Amino acid sequence: MMNLDYSVLLRALPYLGEGLLFSLQITLVAMAGGIVFGTLLALARLSRYKKLATVAAGYVNLMRSIPLILAIFWIFFLIPEIVAWLIGADHPVQIGTTRTAFIAFTLFEAAYFCEVIRAGILAVPRGQEGAGQALGFTYAQNMRYVVLPQAFRAMIPVLLTQTIILFQDTSLLYVISATDFLGAASKVAQRDGRLVEFYTFAALVYFAICFTLSKVVKRYQARLNKNVAHA
Amino acid sequence: MSLDLNIFFEASPDPGVTYAGMLLSGLAWTVALALLAWVLALIVGTAVGVARTLPFKWLVMLGNAYVEVFRNIPLLVQLFLWYFVLPEILPAAIGNWIKSFDAPWGPFFTALVGLGLFTSARIAEQVRAGINSLAKGQRNAGLAVGMTLGQTYRYVLLPMAARRIIPPLTSEFMTIFKNSSVALTIGVIELTAQAQQMNEFTFRTYEALGAATVIYIIVALTVNQLMALIERKSYIPGLIKQER
Amino acid sequence: MIKIDNVSKHYGPFQVLKNCSTEVKKGEVVVVCGPSGSGKSTLIKCVNALEPFQQGSITVSGVSVGDKKTNLPKLRAQVGMVFQHFELFPHMSLTENLAIAQIKVLGRRREEAMDKGMKLLERVGLKAHAHKYPGQLSGGQQQRVAIARALAMDPICMLFDEPTSALDPEMINEVLDVMVELAQEGMTMMCVTHEMGFAKKVANRVIFMDQGEIIEDREKHAFFETPASDRAQQFLSKILTH
Repeated sequence: MMNLDYSVLLRALPYLGEGLLFSLQITLVAMAGGIVFGTLLALARLSRYKKLATVAAGYVNLMRSIPLILAIFWIFFLIPEIVAWLIGADHPVQIGTTRTAFIAFTLFEAAYFCEVIRAGILAVPRGQEGAGQALGFTYAQNMRYVVLPQAFRAMIPVLLTQTIILFQDTSLLYVISATDFLGAASKVAQRDGRLVEFYTFAALVYFAICFTLSKVVKRYQARLNKNVAHA
Repeated sequence: MSLDLNIFFEASPDPGVTYAGMLLSGLAWTVALALLAWVLALIVGTAVGVARTLPFKWLVMLGNAYVEVFRNIPLLVQLFLWYFVLPEILPAAIGNWIKSFDAPWGPFFTALVGLGLFTSARIAEQVRAGINSLAKGQRNAGLAVGMTLGQTYRYVLLPMAARRIIPPLTSEFMTIFKNSSVALTIGVIELTAQAQQMNEFTFRTYEALGAATVIYIIVALTVNQLMALIERKSYIPGLIKQER
Repeated sequence: MIKIDNVSKHYGPFQVLKNCSTEVKKGEVVVVCGPSGSGKSTLIKCVNALEPFQQGSITVSGVSVGDKKTNLPKLRAQVGMVFQHFELFPHMSLTENLAIAQIKVLGRRREEAMDKGMKLLERVGLKAHAHKYPGQLSGGQQQRVAIARALAMDPICMLFDEPTSALDPEMINEVLDVMVELAQEGMTMMCVTHEMGFAKKVANRVIFMDQGEIIEDREKHAFFETPASDRAQQFLSKILTH
């Protein structure tokens, strides 16, 4: 047994706080971006235009086949190349870890959100789409006013659960030495030679956040089920 | 960009090993880690999942706590706990014994336990849901013909639940291959790690990451086919009609 | 054979059974009826301890059901039960459905169990379907198999929990025919059912329940001709006009 020193934790709290804030930022941005992009992907996958559906399916299946770490390596390599190509520079152009992380997680999580949203749309009874069409709605109006609102209401718990997973996944930014919450903990842990204290603390914080959120989701789900049962 | 496939047949810094050989060795570690962790996850996950459906309150609570702990901490952090924290907080003799396993075995066994238990919590959740999705009548029917609770699980509930959870298990099985890449953070030189090393040695990023991507896609397709085969083999005539 | 003495059961503050007492003698057929939510299904499930109860006692052939020391699997193996939703094991063929408990619970040899199962399938008119799975049969056929499964254990009495209420109307008679035949052979039976034709034909007594209480427990002619309570009268007029 080694002797543990918890005062090192206290001194590092502001730094860890910044890391946690960064993790939460990525989570929120990637959730918002992922839901928007994921909805578009889902609509594309369900589209009657075969080519569009195939391209969307290809993207989603590709992202879902590879590990997030590999995707992070890819995107951190590709973004500077693409930016250089866009502005005609002859060297890769760095746009900073934060922005790249936003893009990486949005692109990756969109594939997962897409599948949730697609299942949600498919779960809306076919008759609803027909009813909308019978009222003279266009495809876009039908999606906007009839199908998507129903789909999203039922999907919210699953989307939130996926977001909790996304929050946990931000810890993988460790592999590119970003200063997310785990990255911050790891950096001070190694500086101070206090791995036990910092990694245990990180685990407790992740647990507290994810456990609380998952309880909220569960309660929301229970309320939703009750409303459906009464409907 | 132009791809240069000859790079795979050039010698890597490892004596006598080409880059293709490097990637294949990475694949071997990935497959070994994923499969062994899967076996561990299935055994522990089934036990915990079943425990959560038994009529013993304290066992259900214990099972629930297990699942919550392993589901609400990121896999990477769990690996760090097993690798860096556990050997330090155990009595020195045991801690030193754990640390005495050299690479690659130390990191590999740690990743095996970490990934296996992480996945077991997710399987436990599927097993519990699968058993609970069977109408309560099936449990009663088993008991009513005089089976013990154990026999009711063995002959009635588990065989049916197993068939129901094949689709969600397929997705977990794919996930464990992808998640095994997290083991590179504690020094398991699996596929993603080898691809990144090749990238750093050669600066041929498209080839290095591209090869790994293709291999992961092939693994995913193989897993999918395998599980579809199992699903077909376990098909029960007339079952869809039976669902209420 | 079955003795129910002053049994009460609560779900939290809600009382599902209130001081229920009755008896089913060897060879007797007793029909239990009453509106939905009256506790009749709960009562019959208490008899083989699928539902626990808090007060009173139930004995089956002298063995106390509520006693913690009672070997419940052994007791249940002697009490046949037929469920509203059949509850055949969907992953087993009909022969396996009939054999599994004989082998695993009674310890019979496989050939013996198969043989017995086949004879019972023949008896309920489904021998030709022996190799099929439950999902390939109609509801009425499944319920006949379920009765055969219970009989395969050589039960000392049979419990029926609304055996025909999940069936399409045209399939009800094929199941009732099997039950009538059983009754005529002298099987001790306790049946929760609304099939008053069945009751008139083979029952010795009819029990009427409402709101967890046994309101009437009388010889069948007396029950049908001059029901004593208003509630039973109302109930009868409702189900008999259909």
